[in-house]
Amino acid sequence: MKRFYGLLAVVAVAAIAFLIYSANQPAAAVPGGAAGRAPVTAQDSAFPGYVLGSDSAPVKIVEFADYECPICAMFATVQFPTIRDQLIKTGKVQWTLRDYPLPPTTHRWSHLAADAVACASEQGKAWDMIDAMFDHHDWALQSSNPTSVFRGLAQGIGVNTTTWDACVSADRYAGRIQASLDRGDALGVGGTPTFFMDGKEIARTDRSSDQFQRIADSVIAARPKHKK
Amino acid sequence: MSLHRQTVAVLALVGIAIATYLWLHAIGVVGELKCGTGGCEIVQASSYAHLFGIPVAFYGVVAYVALFGISVAGSQPALVARAWPTRWLVAISGAGFLFTAYLTSLEAFVIHAWCRWCLASAAVITAIFITSLAGFFRKS
Repeated sequence: MKRFYGLLAVVAVAAIAFLIYSANQPAAAVPGGAAGRAPVTAQDSAFPGYVLGSDSAPVKIVEFADYECPICAMFATVQFPTIRDQLIKTGKVQWTLRDYPLPPTTHRWSHLAADAVACASEQGKAWDMIDAMFDHHDWALQSSNPTSVFRGLAQGIGVNTTTWDACVSADRYAGRIQASLDRGDALGVGGTPTFFMDGKEIARTDRSSDQFQRIADSVIAARPKHKK
Repeated sequence: MSLHRQTVAVLALVGIAIATYLWLHAIGVVGELKCGTGGCEIVQASSYAHLFGIPVAFYGVVAYVALFGISVAGSQPALVARAWPTRWLVAISGAGFLFTAYLTSLEAFVIHAWCRWCLASAAVITAIFITSLAGFFRKS
């Protein structure tokens, strides 16, 4: 038994030393990322997210996404084009994308990417930039600062890059991004992408365009019929 | 006679360290995971890293602590001849093994990224399950 306890002690000491060492490692600096919590104004909190589709659509879905998240990119490039064509363009669904940048310790460039989209939105190009971000997702696999890649994407969709540069370097929308993050936290977002329909989270298994089609159809079918 | 329980205790301690590391990362105490490939960050950032709003790693911590406690208690002279500690070890590690198999399949087929620390934990729980089973069949 002495040998057993001795072995346990050695393993325990090694484990504790490793955990203490890891906890004391400083996080890598994140260029372009918001340092700490950005102040949030009432205007920031009122921003609803990037809306696609008609206000009169019977089904309203909110997606909390992180542009660096590979599953978000997969969803955006594989499932979302069908959702856009069959549900959003047909007026069945209104889609809102909200920023939920994961912490820099997890996704180093998420906040910068959210900045890049917010600054493109100033010029009416939010969804073009979102599409570009996900369509050219190689930037998320690189360790280098992707600002120049984002600038190229912005230029490609017709954004005035001089204005965009000034906006990104000033981190102008940090408060709005923080407000979106706070909203996600309040709703219980635990990862990305997370979808909500009328405030209720859609199960993680319901991520295919077929599933969204079924959800939309069932909501529309269940609506009370109004007399004309 | 209690060799398998002692082995489980040591393995569970290793498991506690790994799961605690992942859990501390999930709650922001530990910075970037030392992963090598970046796959850990992808897996940890996925929506599968939480279950009922709690980081999956925390369930790992709880399971390993339970395995550690039972195996150390079961190694004591007063309990070494009793069968129930081994039964509990098999039950808990069996559940852990199945859950880990599910999580590993998500890494392979859904997330398409590998988290080395998660794989290390998978190896530990598998070893604990096999050791517990060996102890169970030896007794019965």
